[in-house]
Amino acid sequence: MSDQIILRVATKIIVPTILLFALYVQFHGDFGPGGGFQAGVIAAAAFVLYALVFGLRRTHRVLPTWVVRTCASAGVLLYGGVGLATMIGGAEFLNYNVLAHDPEHGQHYGILLVELGVMITVFGVMVTIFYFFAARGREDL
Amino acid sequence: MSVVGDVLSWLFLLSGSFFVIAGGIGVIRMPDLFTRLHASGVTDTGGAGLVLVGLMFQGGISLITVKLLLILGFLWFSSPVSTYALARAALASGEEPFWAEDLDLPPSARIPGFAQRPAPDREGGPE
Repeated sequence: MSDQIILRVATKIIVPTILLFALYVQFHGDFGPGGGFQAGVIAAAAFVLYALVFGLRRTHRVLPTWVVRTCASAGVLLYGGVGLATMIGGAEFLNYNVLAHDPEHGQHYGILLVELGVMITVFGVMVTIFYFFAARGREDL
Repeated sequence: MSVVGDVLSWLFLLSGSFFVIAGGIGVIRMPDLFTRLHASGVTDTGGAGLVLVGLMFQGGISLITVKLLLILGFLWFSSPVSTYALARAALASGEEPFWAEDLDLPPSARIPGFAQRPAPDREGGPE
């Protein structure tokens, strides 16, 4: 499939746009529709599109399996870490009020960090699922 | 919102809806995959484009119009590419296009050279 010039050029233009849109959905999530889960899925879709056009081998070179697995666990670590930080701050698990001097700012930082964790985990898990299905029955990958 | 802008907006919205309905009828009524792709391609670019331009007149000069412009550019870029990819995948997997001589037309209704089956020496379809 890598000889298809139209698909290749279109993918090269679309993939950065999709990643940018994923970040927009992520960081605009507290003002409009969106959030961590949707952003993670959109970012994973960019890599699925890349793999469909350029092949799994090149995608593995861009995004190796160990990076994806690290993402899947790092997001959970960030989520739990925010919860632990609030407990160290003297409040309940995931009570964001103690994250900053002003409780309102604390809420803001807290939701931003937790959503970032959700995005990283969802991205990692989605790409991992795609890698497993795409590499099924192929010994060379 | 001025009356002129409102009238223009509704003209665009209604003509866009016409394109979408025509595309929907085409997807159901057309005989094979390639002609159906043609109908759905009209829906994606013409219909959606006109509807979005109509919505831009509703939005006026604002952030909404800029976002609609971005959607329009993305749509006009991505949907022809997807139609192309689908048609090429169908051709590559051996889907035979529907030729004019497959229709039971009287000779007076035939257009010379239109949708004619290629001669056997250049078999393989458009490439």
